[in-house]
Amino acid sequence: MILEVKNLVLRFYTFDGVIHALNGVSFDLEAGETLAIVGESGSGKTVAMMSLLNLLPVPPAKIEQGEAIFYDDKGQVDLLRTTKQERCRIRGGRIGYIFQDALSALNPVMTVGRQISESLTEHLGMTYAEAYKRTIELLKHVGIPGAKQRYKNYPHQFSGGMRQRVMIAIAIACNPKIVIADEPTTALDVTVQAQIVDLTRQLQKELSIAVIWITHDLGVVAGIADRVLVMYAGSPVEISPVDDLYENPRHPYTKGLLAALPRMDQSVRKLVSIEGAPPDLLEPPRHCQFAWRCSLVSERCWQEIPLPVETGPRHFVSCFADP
Amino acid sequence: MKKMSDNTQSKKQNREKKILVRVEQVKKHFPVMRGMIWQKQVGAVKAVDNVSFDISQGETLGVVGESGCGKSTTGRVILQLQRASSGRIFFEDIDLTELDDKELIKIRPRMQMIFQDSYDSLNPRHSVGHIIAEPMVIQGVMSISQMRGRVMELLELVGLNPNHFSRFPHEFSGGQRQRINIARALALNPDFIVCDEPISALDVSIQAQTVNLFEHLQKQLGLTYMFISHDLSMVQHISDRVAVMYLGKVMELADRDDLFSDPLHPYTQSLISAVPTPDPKQERNRRRVMLEGEVPSPANPPRGCVFSTRCPLAGDLCGKIPEYREVQARHFVACHLADGKGGSKIMNGE
Repeated sequence: MILEVKNLVLRFYTFDGVIHALNGVSFDLEAGETLAIVGESGSGKTVAMMSLLNLLPVPPAKIEQGEAIFYDDKGQVDLLRTTKQERCRIRGGRIGYIFQDALSALNPVMTVGRQISESLTEHLGMTYAEAYKRTIELLKHVGIPGAKQRYKNYPHQFSGGMRQRVMIAIAIACNPKIVIADEPTTALDVTVQAQIVDLTRQLQKELSIAVIWITHDLGVVAGIADRVLVMYAGSPVEISPVDDLYENPRHPYTKGLLAALPRMDQSVRKLVSIEGAPPDLLEPPRHCQFAWRCSLVSERCWQEIPLPVETGPRHFVSCFADP
Repeated sequence: MKKMSDNTQSKKQNREKKILVRVEQVKKHFPVMRGMIWQKQVGAVKAVDNVSFDISQGETLGVVGESGCGKSTTGRVILQLQRASSGRIFFEDIDLTELDDKELIKIRPRMQMIFQDSYDSLNPRHSVGHIIAEPMVIQGVMSISQMRGRVMELLELVGLNPNHFSRFPHEFSGGQRQRINIARALALNPDFIVCDEPISALDVSIQAQTVNLFEHLQKQLGLTYMFISHDLSMVQHISDRVAVMYLGKVMELADRDDLFSDPLHPYTQSLISAVPTPDPKQERNRRRVMLEGEVPSPANPPRGCVFSTRCPLAGDLCGKIPEYREVQARHFVACHLADGKGGSKIMNGE
């Protein structure tokens, strides 16, 4: 085990009221595995990851409770209660982050090479000459042709796919334990998406990094994940090994998501849609958040918040209707 | 295989149906200018280059391609939101390229557009009722009280609460806003709607709702769609025929089932193979055609076949522009190697 998140509760205090962004998120991550976090927009998948690295502005964000134990070589750290020094060491050094929009994540007035070597000099204490050499290696490694010329280029001179490769190079530069990839392929075309997915998989195998892959695309998940965490309205609803999840989804929301996808390998007359829309997060959760849209809803669902129940090997479901 | 029988049936039906929109060798080139005062043209972005196809009454033509391939421009040119550089566009028997703006206004009610960004395409200061009624005001076809009735009827048709007509766009969710867009497009009883990536910005469960609504409306009102999207699996679901575009050109056009079961153009094959399937076991054992690189700039497209720089099968022949031709019945391809006998297959035996 390399990361263990327990009962993470996070709220945003805004002028409109309190937004209940995360309501008790728990999961763990083994070394070298890929955990995919799936959910619709507003389900809290990005917020959960950003809170681990203290990337959210405080206020409005406030972590109410929970812990996130990161098992590093130098002992364990609670990521939610780090000192500034520790935070700087872990961010970029031990845990890499790949953002969705590479163009706004990269500094537009700094050469790409400098941006990669910056983390090397900062975290690993390399000299400029060493960092230059390593950066060229990294650029080659992530499949950017003409690495020496590209070192001096600025982000706008790269195409979308190449920019995402630069982001990956920055994330893996310091040999991190974990890389968090936040929808890295959402803005890309399918053919480029396939390239990036392939690259990530290959790098992960070579460097044995654990990857947390945030996405809403259940197709990409099937190709890349070992385990999947499905989130809905700030709560985890199901976590399971990937094969089990697709073969045997237990939560009504997961079932709905899978049925709502058109598939190229089978022809379906009509897509099964989940009626309604996700709930308003300004209301504090008092019962199952999916109850409004659920077809199996019962009296109990309106009274209690369901807790995760293990229904199979490493397969946890938060639903009263299922077990 | 069970799809084959009703596939051939629908083919027959399509042939009998009359053609609603016909696009003939349409080009849309955007000039690239240089100079501050004395501007001169130094090149052209060939957004749409020699595109021809037709759309029959009541069918859905899916248009797929990567970003920058000219699929949206094609849709806009058909509706004359942008004038074509050359070529002709027929709506029934009327040549739209010859009409002036006044004449276009008369024909506009019959063809509408639904945009990708449901927030940008709705005026934030107008109420929903105002937004939906605006096409009717412009056309001046109804009295105020008739309009109110029609607006409520439309809201109900797209699955919104008719009493919400006085609300503003920001009070609705993304999926609901797209429904408002659909209601506005339907206000004047159009025959033809260009849907420009109408579902890309929506969440999966909302996408399914919206696509079902599109299909329901088509059945109920006999609409003809041109459905532009980059999501191949959605296009496969909704379309009768599919056109694949790359760098401003149509690479392949065929009936839906033909295209997806027997793609002839190497680009179509790689595009289909790049789409992930939501099935982990299949994904693990899948052989992929991995395309190298990215789409070249449309300002400076490759010579000859535009796909030749990325094509795994590219040879000497591909230095010449391939002819867009009917290789099999109703199956058009622009590739030198496509001979209908597997000459253009990247992976054989699959």
